[in-house]
Amino acid sequence: MKNLMTSIRLTLVLIVLLCVIYPVLISFAGKLSKGKGGGETISVNGKVVGYANEGQSFTLQKYFWGRPSAVGYNAAGSAGSNKGPSNPDYLKDVAGRIDTLLKYHPYLKRSDIPAEMVTASGSGLDPDISPDAAKIQIKRVADVRGLTVQQVTDLVAAHTEGPLLGLFGPAKVNVLKLNVALDELKK
Amino acid sequence: MNTEFLGIAVSFVLMLAIGIPLGKYLAKMFAGEKVWTDFMKPIENGIYKLSGINPNEPMDWKQFLKAMMCINILWLVYGFFVLMYQDKLPLNPDANPGMTADLSFNTIISFVVNCNLQHYSGESGASYLVQHFIFMFLHFVSAATGIACAVAFFKAFRDKTTTNLGNFWNYFVKAITRLLLPLSVVVALILTFNGTPSSYAGKDQFISLQGDTVKVSRGPAAQMIAIKHLGTNGGGWFGANSAHPLENPSYLTNITEIVSQMIIPVAMVLCFGFFIGRKKIGWVIFGVMMIGALMLLIPSISSETGGNPAIAKMGIAQATGAMEGKEVRFGPTATAFWSTFTTIVSTGSVNGMHDSTMALTGLWQLLGMMINGFFGGCGVGVLNYFIYLIIAVFISGLMVGRTPEFLGHKVEEREVKIAALITLLSPFLIMAGTAIAAFVFTNHGNADWAVKPSAWLNNPSYHGFSEMLYEMTSSNANNGSGFEGLGDNNIFWNVSTGVLMILGRFLPIIGPVAIAGLLAKKKFIPESAGTLKTDTITFGLMTFAVILVLNALSYFPALALGPIAEYFSMVK
Repeated sequence: MKNLMTSIRLTLVLIVLLCVIYPVLISFAGKLSKGKGGGETISVNGKVVGYANEGQSFTLQKYFWGRPSAVGYNAAGSAGSNKGPSNPDYLKDVAGRIDTLLKYHPYLKRSDIPAEMVTASGSGLDPDISPDAAKIQIKRVADVRGLTVQQVTDLVAAHTEGPLLGLFGPAKVNVLKLNVALDELKK
Repeated sequence: MNTEFLGIAVSFVLMLAIGIPLGKYLAKMFAGEKVWTDFMKPIENGIYKLSGINPNEPMDWKQFLKAMMCINILWLVYGFFVLMYQDKLPLNPDANPGMTADLSFNTIISFVVNCNLQHYSGESGASYLVQHFIFMFLHFVSAATGIACAVAFFKAFRDKTTTNLGNFWNYFVKAITRLLLPLSVVVALILTFNGTPSSYAGKDQFISLQGDTVKVSRGPAAQMIAIKHLGTNGGGWFGANSAHPLENPSYLTNITEIVSQMIIPVAMVLCFGFFIGRKKIGWVIFGVMMIGALMLLIPSISSETGGNPAIAKMGIAQATGAMEGKEVRFGPTATAFWSTFTTIVSTGSVNGMHDSTMALTGLWQLLGMMINGFFGGCGVGVLNYFIYLIIAVFISGLMVGRTPEFLGHKVEEREVKIAALITLLSPFLIMAGTAIAAFVFTNHGNADWAVKPSAWLNNPSYHGFSEMLYEMTSSNANNGSGFEGLGDNNIFWNVSTGVLMILGRFLPIIGPVAIAGLLAKKKFIPESAGTLKTDTITFGLMTFAVILVLNALSYFPALALGPIAEYFSMVK
């Protein structure tokens, strides 16, 4: 009985400390961060067009495309495909994605296609592609927009983020930021 | 050198650079010596006073375990009802519904036992109240429970002969105020300043560049993600866990999260040596665990960076490796690194989907959870390893023809019986559970449950079997990661894994603490030339061999049917 009373009282005290004081303090500190603790957004002409860290669906030819997503880039949820490596249906999907890419980029060889462009991401919201994946799309985007390949190549280079401190982890390109810059380039 | 390898190298170095001094600090702190965090004393005294605790009251092993079980049962009851009625409670900006009784049963056990198997999805299944007042609360206290029990076990070997294992409330509160809470503040700040949301605002909506209307789930996540890793809990804010770009926005946060889940398990092992004044035994155990960890890590990295052979056949280069279920900002190397440590350390958070990893990586993930003693969860890792130690002491004793002893105490029938039962428990629960699931899947495919058994598996054949085996293994190991393709939110999986989790948590805590309590009571035998020394490299290798043999014998058949068969079907 004594244990039970102690348990109840201790639980109440800890709830105040761990579930009120601690998170509220962090939340206040978070107000000083870039997105004011709500996630960093990207705006065009004062209108929010997306979250910097969350990918969105790009299907139009004038944009760089992101990775396949198991949730269609619906950021109200998140999930991977959870397909196993030997699943025949899954491998059919991959083959289909390769064909689609080749259709829209007839200048490509199969071996040019980076794996992440034909496989779904873990979250379904991957905001990035690799520099290689951006490179293969340059000619398509340039042709559709009437830009030179050089112009678009420069833009991709400017939006390629290197590894952390130049040392750790992969290089990447944020698709949304790149596409926003692309729209601005046209003007 | 490849920047992806440098990335995991720096994570590894940071883990040691923080974990080792942390172990020394914990030994001093739990022994009640002067440490720099003594400024927390007034807060602790306030907590003791408000809760009516006398932190100096001695407890024997039975009293200690009673106190521990009492508060844990209270949390189970409290959480069960809050989860079911979350829709009627405040702080639910996205209007998420209450949980069904079986889902609530599963979820509350899952969080109380530090497992964090999640059969719901955070965005649509849990209100902010539940995320903080149940999940985050339990993240703290379940980790502190494990740590407190480990310290009681340490205490048994610090004194020569004693019945006093220390005071549960004292260890428990200090684990929070002197370890988990301060570290959580640091990690939560790093996360929130690098893009993880921390405000209480609900879902946002915007119109995308292409004109689609998109809703975005958010919430005060950074606070919870910090302790989810430090406490080796693993239950994420968002459905995709740490693969989610708000839960783990960059390579920097990825390093932060992977390091924070490893430091306390590493520190606890070394703490054992420092605490009982025999540094060497801590280092020998650390060495065995590290060799085990590397043996799982290296092949995982190699199979992930090698890419999927079936996709290679289509002519795709896979320069960086297998990318299904992975995020570009981490890459396959860091994802393989994470998958190894999250399975041995029993965190169970993921930064890439395990269901989509290569067949052999799946094998190493399963094996890490089956062994469950290479570092292991907060506190409980050392306790699991202790069971292997007792078995190794017993077998070595038989081999050299001496009475088995551990640190000056005779290991006799009763202790070995307990250890043997605990050793048998895991294979029994995992295999029986998987067998029943496979039986239901094949023979009762149309049972009228929320997910029909015939629709459980997201993948056919061997991989489908692995999905079921993984779920049972993860529950028993209190890991919480999953082959998430499994349709697990139905009464069968909710109840069966609920039972597995609770048995897989408390019996492997009660067993070792009881053994330690029984040993500590016995007369202390000073070391002599005839003593079996347990802090030598030879004995370390002996323990390692025991771990390998026990687990190979227990699990090889099941593994052969799942990941091993899948691997060979792909190389043909």
